[in-house]
Amino acid sequence: MSDWEPVIGLEIHVQLNTETKMFCCCENRYGADPNTLTCPLCLGHPGVLPLINQAAVDRAIKIGLALNSQVAESCRFHRKNYFYPDSPKAYQISQYDEPICSGGHLEVDGTSIGITRAHLEEDAAKLVHAGGEAGRIAGAEHSLVDFNRCGTPLVEIVTEPDIRSPEQATRFLSLLKNTLQTIGVSDCDMEKGSLRCDANVSVRPAGATEFGTKTELKNMNSFKFLAEGMAAEIERQIGVLESGGTVEQETLHYDPRTGALRSLRSKEEAHDYRYFPEPDLVPLAPSAELIERLRGELPELPAGRIARFERDYSLPEQYAVDLNADAGVADYFEQVAELAGDPKAAADWVINQPTAVAAVPASGLAGIVKLVNGGTITATIAKQVYGLLEETPDADPVVLVEEQGLASIGGDDELMGMVDEVIEANPALVEQFRGGKDGVVNALVGQVMKKTQGRADARKVQDLFRSRL
Amino acid sequence: MTVETLGLTAERCVELLDAREVSCRELVEAYLDRIGAHDGDFNAFVRTRRDLALAEADAFDRDGRSGLQGVPIALKDILCTRGEETTAGSRILAGHKPMYDAGAVTRVKNAGMIPLGKTNMDEFAMGSSTEHSAYGVTHNPWDPTRVPGGSSGGSAAAVAAGFAPLALGTDTGGSIRQPAALCGVVGLKPTYGAVSRHGLIAFGSSLDQVGPFALTVRDAALAFATIAGRDHCDSTSVELSEPVRIPDREDLAGVRIGVPTKLLDQGVEPGVRASFDASLEVAEGLGASVSEVELPHAHHGLPAYYLIAPAEASANLARFDGVRYGLRLEEPGDTVVDMYGRTRSSGFGAEVKRRIMLGTYVLSAGYYDAYYGTALKVRTLIRQDFDRAFGDVDVIAMPASPTVAFTIGERVDDPWAMYACDVLTVPLNLAGLPGISIPCGLSEELPVGLQLAGPPFSENRLLDAAHAMERALQFDPVPPRLGQGVA
Repeated sequence: MSDWEPVIGLEIHVQLNTETKMFCCCENRYGADPNTLTCPLCLGHPGVLPLINQAAVDRAIKIGLALNSQVAESCRFHRKNYFYPDSPKAYQISQYDEPICSGGHLEVDGTSIGITRAHLEEDAAKLVHAGGEAGRIAGAEHSLVDFNRCGTPLVEIVTEPDIRSPEQATRFLSLLKNTLQTIGVSDCDMEKGSLRCDANVSVRPAGATEFGTKTELKNMNSFKFLAEGMAAEIERQIGVLESGGTVEQETLHYDPRTGALRSLRSKEEAHDYRYFPEPDLVPLAPSAELIERLRGELPELPAGRIARFERDYSLPEQYAVDLNADAGVADYFEQVAELAGDPKAAADWVINQPTAVAAVPASGLAGIVKLVNGGTITATIAKQVYGLLEETPDADPVVLVEEQGLASIGGDDELMGMVDEVIEANPALVEQFRGGKDGVVNALVGQVMKKTQGRADARKVQDLFRSRL
Repeated sequence: MTVETLGLTAERCVELLDAREVSCRELVEAYLDRIGAHDGDFNAFVRTRRDLALAEADAFDRDGRSGLQGVPIALKDILCTRGEETTAGSRILAGHKPMYDAGAVTRVKNAGMIPLGKTNMDEFAMGSSTEHSAYGVTHNPWDPTRVPGGSSGGSAAAVAAGFAPLALGTDTGGSIRQPAALCGVVGLKPTYGAVSRHGLIAFGSSLDQVGPFALTVRDAALAFATIAGRDHCDSTSVELSEPVRIPDREDLAGVRIGVPTKLLDQGVEPGVRASFDASLEVAEGLGASVSEVELPHAHHGLPAYYLIAPAEASANLARFDGVRYGLRLEEPGDTVVDMYGRTRSSGFGAEVKRRIMLGTYVLSAGYYDAYYGTALKVRTLIRQDFDRAFGDVDVIAMPASPTVAFTIGERVDDPWAMYACDVLTVPLNLAGLPGISIPCGLSEELPVGLQLAGPPFSENRLLDAAHAMERALQFDPVPPRLGQGVA
């Protein structure tokens, strides 16, 4: 692997969470009964004309602003022509050489990943293949078309080929997803298909400046499968090249169940979409006032928040990144940190207990941190209190500790009594320790911890053993 | 009383209705009866809606009426009518009942006008003779062995034959002005954007425009006033900056008329040229000044048009795939692609297929720049030609058609000869400009159309000039053979 450098660019489709569809007034909603959210327009009836949804335009501009893109003073829509049952007009209204957002970048791991463009378009209908295996088209008896999705506003975000590993691609997507959620333009739910990703993958000898031939991996619906698919494709390409072959430009499907890569179409079979300007729409010219208003509506973005977490909370970078994988988690962390007055401990808890954000109120988690910091309970007992809090989220940790008698045993006399009991009961271990086997002390400490059910400070107990022996 | 509909104007219909000399039912019935008696000779209508039209007339007779309420109108079958079959002259839309009314149809209905039925047309408006219809050929009321022009031939013939005082058509490359010229009636193609295209089954979306046919310029103005203006369902439509005026001007004092002489040297037949020249003398007699104007790129309009319009059509007509509406042909074992092919092969006529192939070709990778891209540049140059010319003149005059009505069958197998019919009309569509054709005389006993063009949204100016010319020319729009009761 070390002799080859992977080069990855991503194409991400984001469904916008507008009230209505991109070019008609139908409700934009997931999960309704099939073909109940349709009209002559999104069904492509004769004579209908598209009407631009300004709310979708606003969201596309916000995406551009969040990705540091240039928002076009004027742009327009094109028709992308293809015959397929998911496309009732037999063309998709998309953008071609004049996208609404051009350029931009997102910082991942200190590396700037370039954004080529972000453009507005409409989603296709959803095909449901019946009678085949696992809803796939191969072997299906017939296919059904659900036009509810047809016309859903989409923004397609295209990155530069700046990504160098599947892991980096995952981190980029995670940051992008959080950014889109934070600015409120999409729920980015990959299972519902509101965030979809294609990857262009190539490899080249380490240090080379020319790109290798790329292949396209289509529509992977989870970060995990995306990383797996890219890793498999990188490995395949390296294998081809190392055995003296050449990589063919083609479109591939990765099957996460079998790990296999299947060719969907070769370069020769690539579509000619015959793009031309959409004559039914006038050019889109967002005013400077609109752009500034939308800029003013943007909340703090994850990239800036990561930097702030490092700076203001003195957190390591990886902590700041991990906490910002999700806007809700970051919000939760800030509440806990504030209430507990200990950002580092709050970060440890939030990162190590991924369920906390949903299960335990910030005040409860902060209460635990304070009990530990105040010496009332030990770290071991803290986990126990957390478990209790998961069962009764509204309980006060202070009350829980009192009721359950979980407070640390602080008195040296009480502990020393137990230490003496253990020394008495374990002459063999004591002999070993005195003979120079220092590690044996842990076994002795463990016995005291057992007696106290974790309510003792292990370090203090060890000190007591050492002074006694 | 019995109403003679031949030569009856919409204004006169209103007078008769206002004076209660006829009821709405009597008026509508008179038109429907004439259609029933004589449309077998012409095939102007593909469908009439007798029962619905009479019910609407009865409602006005019962509840009272005013304005244009109760005035009959014919609609080109490319305009969607809610719940009523709309086929665009194609077999592929046989039986298609739209779920909504076109924008222009809504305005006509809101004005209380009564649609009599849907008129014949070249399939998807592709043609200049109304011979390319899945529902038969339409015949010219002046001479049934000849074509009425196209693609709105049914609407033009209906007005000329006394089947309707008004009709709506559409004009993508001349489809209102050329049939108006060939049938001896008035036809107005408004500025692109002046009338909603919502519900107009698209052919060339950047070129299509809805407009009226009438016996007089004033009637055309009445109909245009009814349908014009911004429609929120068509984002390319706009509100007119001034209301439509019903013209009453009878002179042309101070009007500067420009004639693109070099363009006319291409294929305008002598009889048409003579009639056109005579009408220019009439204009001068009314006080106009006539001069030559240069439109250096206008002669490239025809080839540019026959690249742009088919390109747009190839996308617009791709939706007719048999899946959701209209014709669907399939055999057991067909894949969806087989079904597409079977449906489209059978559903579209030869001319439509020719243009889909042309359009697909000119948009294809490797050909786009040479064909479609170049055509767009020519379009810009033609627009600039007109901008410059309208700095010097108020109105540009040309014949609407280089020939009078030709014989049925004469050009139908010769696409190039058919396309050449549009040479004097397509430049206005490419530039988005308004144009009106009024009958200006006869050649070989067939009508000749005078076309007047103006800058964007200069319809009032064109209507004024056309009205003055109409008064001076005293053309009788009733075909003599119909006036003599021959039909």
